[in-house]
Amino acid sequence: MPNLDAAFSALADPTRRAILARLALGEATVMELAQPFEMTQPAVSRHLKVLEGAGLIIRRVEGTKRPCRLAPDAIAGVDQWLAMLRQALAKNYDRLDDVLATMQPQEPKDRP
Amino acid sequence: MSKMTIKTEGDTHVVITRRFAAPPEAVYRAHTEPSVIQKWLLGPDGWTMPVCINEARPGGRIRYEWTNGKGNGFHVTGEYVELVPFSRIRHVERMHMPDACPDNHVETTFEPDGAGTLMTMRMTLPDAQTRAAMLASGMEHGMEASYVRLETII
Repeated sequence: MPNLDAAFSALADPTRRAILARLALGEATVMELAQPFEMTQPAVSRHLKVLEGAGLIIRRVEGTKRPCRLAPDAIAGVDQWLAMLRQALAKNYDRLDDVLATMQPQEPKDRP
Repeated sequence: MSKMTIKTEGDTHVVITRRFAAPPEAVYRAHTEPSVIQKWLLGPDGWTMPVCINEARPGGRIRYEWTNGKGNGFHVTGEYVELVPFSRIRHVERMHMPDACPDNHVETTFEPDGAGTLMTMRMTLPDAQTRAAMLASGMEHGMEASYVRLETII
């Protein structure tokens, strides 16, 4: 379980949230992360250190590289976010279903 | 079978599809007439859209303002690029939270699907970082203009 204070503090930074969103796509090295974010590798490394300290990502050793990925508990957190998001979207469209039901049949005079 | 799908495409796109049991004309009007938009484009329970400007013509303005009635709110502004009644809309939009986020180019198509409609909304962000940032900020707000890599989860 991530340390909640450290996790929230880590998530307060938009770059770190973006890094997490990228890691939701799969494992990545510092170099792979630095490229789309137009950041230097040391800058990315500093962010990764914070994320790792918060228990949001884990890193493994592969030769000279240390690829990182989301920690399983962080994935559960992200899943919850996505579920919330999907729920909000689904709610909009469910409401639209109801609105559409009242719009039919069409009144031709309303057409542009 | 799910009525709605959300997925990312390449580095900069997000694609949403949804089927509706109404003809394309009705679904198109529900996306372009302010009094109708205010009934459904609201996000989580408790939110309303007190301001809805939607000038459905090329170059026309879009402005949606949401509030939860407890002092929290944000807005979206945009412009129409092209409208083909009742099949296609192209527009640009950006969230303000309160600073303006980068432009999101959106193409929405409404295709006949049996007696109903298949709506496909294809969003194009300037780059992968912007998409990731949009997804992350949107997740916090639990609102709809935000999407991360969702295909495996949805």
